[in-house]
Amino acid sequence: MKKIIIFFIYSLFSFEFANALISVDITRGNLDPLPIAVSPLHVDPKSVNYKDIKVKQLGEKISKIVETNFKNTGLFNPLKKDAFVQKPDIAHLKPRFEDWRLIKAQALVTGKLLVKDEKLKVEFRLWDTTASKEMIALAFTTTPSNWRRVAHIISDKIYERLTGEEGYFDTRVIYVSEEGPKDRRIKKLAIMDQDGANTKYLTLGNELVLTPRFNPANQLVTYLSYFRNLPRVYLLDIETGMQEVVGNFPGMTFAPRFSPDGKKIIMSFAKDGNSDIYTMDLESRIVERITEHSSIDTSPSFSPDGKFICFNSDRSGLQQIYVMKSDGTNVKRITFGKGLYGTPVWSPRGDLIAFTKVHKGRFYIGVMRTDGTGERLLTENFYQEAPSWSPNGRVLIFYRETKSGEGGKGFTAKLWSIDITGYNERRIPTETDASDPSWSSLLSK
Amino acid sequence: MKFNMNLKTILLVLFASIALSACAAKKSTGDLEGDVYTGKDTVEYLAKGVPDRIFFATNKSKLTTRSRDTLRKQATYLRKNKDLNVTIEGHADERGTREYNLALGERRANAAKDYLMTYGISGKRISVISYGKERPVNTASTPLAWSQNRRSVTVKVN
Repeated sequence: MKKIIIFFIYSLFSFEFANALISVDITRGNLDPLPIAVSPLHVDPKSVNYKDIKVKQLGEKISKIVETNFKNTGLFNPLKKDAFVQKPDIAHLKPRFEDWRLIKAQALVTGKLLVKDEKLKVEFRLWDTTASKEMIALAFTTTPSNWRRVAHIISDKIYERLTGEEGYFDTRVIYVSEEGPKDRRIKKLAIMDQDGANTKYLTLGNELVLTPRFNPANQLVTYLSYFRNLPRVYLLDIETGMQEVVGNFPGMTFAPRFSPDGKKIIMSFAKDGNSDIYTMDLESRIVERITEHSSIDTSPSFSPDGKFICFNSDRSGLQQIYVMKSDGTNVKRITFGKGLYGTPVWSPRGDLIAFTKVHKGRFYIGVMRTDGTGERLLTENFYQEAPSWSPNGRVLIFYRETKSGEGGKGFTAKLWSIDITGYNERRIPTETDASDPSWSSLLSK
Repeated sequence: MKFNMNLKTILLVLFASIALSACAAKKSTGDLEGDVYTGKDTVEYLAKGVPDRIFFATNKSKLTTRSRDTLRKQATYLRKNKDLNVTIEGHADERGTREYNLALGERRANAAKDYLMTYGISGKRISVISYGKERPVNTASTPLAWSQNRRSVTVKVN
């Protein structure tokens, strides 16, 4: 992953009038999305093409990505550009607010860009058309090949300004790409931008790989590989491509995740038919056993403060979710509803646990408070599991499989996302079939 | 007359197909005890009369009477072939979460391994691997397919 350097040159906005300006409430399902006009960024005529990037179309392309990001949140309604009456450069200087109000735009995004000396300089503004005020103005410089990320960063800044929450557009998703017949699936690790662009394959498909998860610092991924037919937890450096096995366990290790500080990996180790939870410190290599029980203990996930662990166990007879202190003491069962519960994942905000529920042959993705109260089932299907949180804790990404006929006919595996409000369920586009998604944290923070 | 003939043929065909479908339905239910597969459709053999696999109930790793019988046959065969080592592959059906299924497959394979060991087969000759739900033998999404996939399979390694 190339590090992107962003210089925030100035911010003209003064936050004094913040309360009087438009805002979007994202805590409830939003049935009345905010109409927003995203004017194409004006391309400075002094711009020169860079490698295969045609500068002429760049302003249009960036605004398209911003629009798609907004549309996908379900919170915004980007307006059709053919209704725009003001030219991008003039609107960016001083919008004629009455014209924008006429097409029902409540917010307006304008900007300009310059590609010169192998640099991309971008400036953008967000305007409140009702109050006739500028809400935010930012400028930054980066390498031109980062232009898609520029669009995502602009989206994040606007989302933050309008919702009061951190955005999640300048992020990536790592997942397992799937191809071939159901009984001989070729599985590869793949990574893409959250909008499905820039897909890269990180393994060749020679061995089975499962359950990749990001480290909070983003350069590292932990996953399960069947390399040499020995299922073990591995560590992969996305930048260098280096892979190494985690720890020296005399048996299967699986279900890995990072601790919130990225220093440890927590996982299951199966010995003589019994799976327990262990951690390994990546620097000191010290292994600690966290659970010791004759049942299956798996799918561990730390709370964001690192003090607690939620996990999956069948110690009561069937799969249920438990919470314990991070040293393994104080184990408490938190799910008592009808059905089975699996794949608990602690929200990055700390307030909720997402899970998969199986009841009467149907699969649900849901959220509950960390003590198990307030269960809300967000979506029901034939098969779906493995939710992963957006970095702001507002959206879940998961995978869904279809029912197959004789010989596996009609089988598909796809990525989907849903807001924790239960609204805005949508397919995440992938080049191949896909499963086991894991959402990164914000790349530019 | 002609019309009658045709009707007869149609009726015959109808009867035949009803009889056939009744047969098929009977067969598939006959292959399950509870939800444990008892049929032979997917079974292969280590040697004549020595089935390579056993089947499990949903979410369970308990050995059935039939499974124990199969494993005793495997133990006898392994005692006779002292140089032979095996891997026991544990599998789950597609109706469970991936990570739990990995653990479940491991538990199933070890249940088989433990039983072979109680019949005098050294643990050193048996390795164990779980594939969870990754390697279905029947790829349909039906209760029969799922029952055939909840299995542990003893595979010769040399």
